[in-house]
Amino acid sequence: MAERFTLRVNGRAQEVAAEPNTPLLYILRNDLGLKGTRFGCGAGHCGACTVLVDGNAVQSCDTPLWSASGREITTIEGLGSAERPHPLQQAFLGEQAAQCGYCINGIIMAAAALLKTTPQPTDAEIAAALDRNLCRCGTHVRILRAIRRAAEAGS
Amino acid sequence: MSQLPANLKANPRLDRWVRFNPDRTVTVFSGKVELGQGIETAMAQIAAEELDVPLERVALVAGDTAAGPNEGFTAGSQSIEQGGTAMRAACAEVRKLFVEAAARRLEVGASELAVRDGTIEVPGTDHRTSYWDLASEVSLAREATGEAAPKPAASYSIRGKSVPRRDLPAKLTGAAYIHDMVLPGLVHARVLRPPTYSARLVAFDTDAVRRLPGVVSVVVNGNFVGVCAEREEQAVKALEAARTTARWDDPPAMPEPVEIRELLPRLPTETKTVFTKGTAGAAAAKRLEATYSRPYLAHASIGLSCAAAVFENGKLTVWTHAQGSFPLRGQIARVLGMKDEDVTVIHRDGAGCYGHNGADDAALDAALVARACGRPVLLQWTREDELAWAPFGSAMVVKLTAGLDAEGKVVDWRHELWSHSHVRRPSAGEGVNLLAAWHVDPPFAASTPRDAPYPPGTGDRNSVPLYDFPAQEVLYHFVAEMPLRVSALRSLGAYANVFAIESFMDELAAAAGADPVAFRLKHLADPRARAVVEAAAKAANWKPNAASDGVRGRGIAFARYKNSSAYFAVVAEVEVAEKIWLRRAVAAVDAGGVINPDGLKNQVEGGIVQAASWTLKEAVRWDRSRVLTRSWEDYPILKFDETPAIEVVVLDQAGLPGLGAGECAAGPTAAAIANALHHALGVRARDLPLTPERVAAAMS
Repeated sequence: MAERFTLRVNGRAQEVAAEPNTPLLYILRNDLGLKGTRFGCGAGHCGACTVLVDGNAVQSCDTPLWSASGREITTIEGLGSAERPHPLQQAFLGEQAAQCGYCINGIIMAAAALLKTTPQPTDAEIAAALDRNLCRCGTHVRILRAIRRAAEAGS
Repeated sequence: MSQLPANLKANPRLDRWVRFNPDRTVTVFSGKVELGQGIETAMAQIAAEELDVPLERVALVAGDTAAGPNEGFTAGSQSIEQGGTAMRAACAEVRKLFVEAAARRLEVGASELAVRDGTIEVPGTDHRTSYWDLASEVSLAREATGEAAPKPAASYSIRGKSVPRRDLPAKLTGAAYIHDMVLPGLVHARVLRPPTYSARLVAFDTDAVRRLPGVVSVVVNGNFVGVCAEREEQAVKALEAARTTARWDDPPAMPEPVEIRELLPRLPTETKTVFTKGTAGAAAAKRLEATYSRPYLAHASIGLSCAAAVFENGKLTVWTHAQGSFPLRGQIARVLGMKDEDVTVIHRDGAGCYGHNGADDAALDAALVARACGRPVLLQWTREDELAWAPFGSAMVVKLTAGLDAEGKVVDWRHELWSHSHVRRPSAGEGVNLLAAWHVDPPFAASTPRDAPYPPGTGDRNSVPLYDFPAQEVLYHFVAEMPLRVSALRSLGAYANVFAIESFMDELAAAAGADPVAFRLKHLADPRARAVVEAAAKAANWKPNAASDGVRGRGIAFARYKNSSAYFAVVAEVEVAEKIWLRRAVAAVDAGGVINPDGLKNQVEGGIVQAASWTLKEAVRWDRSRVLTRSWEDYPILKFDETPAIEVVVLDQAGLPGLGAGECAAGPTAAAIANALHHALGVRARDLPLTPERVAAAMS
């Protein structure tokens, strides 16, 4: 049965009604219209659906709605927009660090979580933070460069 | 009249290509669609350059059967070579018509006029008009003549510049893909695929699924089962329920999972001679033979195959991320028993596809569900189906033999290859090559497996080396039977052929006691081919005959994609530890006159990384019943901690025609890695992927 939940998404309280075990990803995309978070596998293997929950990078495809209630959720839309991009989005656009772009928002969210705790990460720390993200176009070199660039810009 | 580019000749009406809008923008139409390769940006650059308008004024519509040219598929690294050439010619023609009209209106000679930001003027005077002022009097409802000369390369100001991708800001901030489409009254749909290729549905409890919350409709047609529901999670639950209730007749029908080098030659083949030159059998001081193989590979897009469809008043509209909207339209119309003109197919961007994946299939799935449920449908595959049901790139076996003379030159060369078809696209042949078409009752037959002629070939693509060997013979053993579903994967047969040729070149060089770079140059006359080999070697600081420390090694490989597109050479540096690491790749590419240099680099870098992933990690596995690689855990791809450093040197040939480059890196990267591995360990691994297990096997 559907139940009511209050979520805090991108700084705003949002009421939703759905089954408690509904993946958070569907709520974000379909109920709240936040389409920048993407479905990739449904099993937490590829990271396309990564969002921040209380500042931690979390795969929203296998996060049930009930567990996200009362937490602070940030999606790519909460970072910035095309008009006012977040420094990470700015760095990815600056490096043209995308081909198809489908995996990128999940990667940016994972990087955002990393830079919050580790503002000046080593290459190994960046790669470790992306351990649960996949890119098929082979944009790896530019993605890593963009994250380093954002870290440098933030220092 | 000069000759029209092929795609303009096939779509000669100029209003299929260009439209001036009242808001002083221009819309150009292309049949070449964005697949993540940046074609949308490059095509806009070409149009803006030829029309003399700034890029910001150019909007692009691509892959819409209701508006724009039919340019077949966006495939084969042909979008710049063919689509770009046609776009350039169409825009040049439009520009000429408007300049002539301006000359009449301003009562001056056309040669006195210049176009700047869409304004057509006599420079230094106030005699001016514009495309938009003249739009009502210049009809583009006319055919191209081929009489307009495109601008000379020396005057380019937009082509040849690294322009940021126009589609990325939206993609990196919010909704942008077909998966994100919203339509009024939309329902979410899923398909239950059979557990195996040959399974037949024998029992299904439709009511058990239909009574679940939110379920709108359940479509059961032969072996095709589709569900749709108000909410996405309800559609997913309906799919799970459908899987539970379905009973399949499912006898094992797959071949034993043996090594590819054993499997393919064991199947029935039709043999054709691809190429012969000179006579083999000259006196050879040494003779070498080696056999190489590649596995079946998955496209493995990060985003799932997806489509939207609306069926209304006997008309169908389908949104797809497939590579060819027009060919797909014909096939969907045929399966649904509709006329082509009652079906509209519109491109929307998806995740990168790297060839013919499940995109076309999903479009038919969505059409079938939309027709049954009467609501707009957004249908998405599952990760499992994406990895197990989309077509694979064909496995291949390549056997090479060559003779060396006393001077260390190749005197004869023989290339034998075994491959399935690489062209099982929807419109290829007499049948219907869409999954759901084979599952509905009565089923549609798939096309007879075929291959396309050489050049540019398919399984035999790049089977003829560019080297100057006096005697050559290339034989293609076409394996029509396909134990696994196969179709086009980035670079087709070139991946295995170049991997084999360029590995064998190193084996020959070693037998001749020659350095791999020098040995290649000794057999290479084409100056542009020599230039990329030399540039890659120089950028990588190649030291002839350098010894390895037994852990690290470096190798080079070269090919000209299709023997007619981009020239590419790469030096790979590997390190062997608990696994094989590609640490660095240094490449040189000559793609002719470059439209967007950074876009070219991005494509080449991605091609190297993807090929490294194929080469080091990937293989589709199966048992007697079914494909076993069904999740990212079963089918690992290159991860971020395995990222090599990459350097790409672009040898720009401004003024020369652009050469397709999207697929040039695949084969050379594989061979360069294998050659580097040999340099490091002294072991020659000839069966892909180059996993530690296989390398250990090659050592014993």
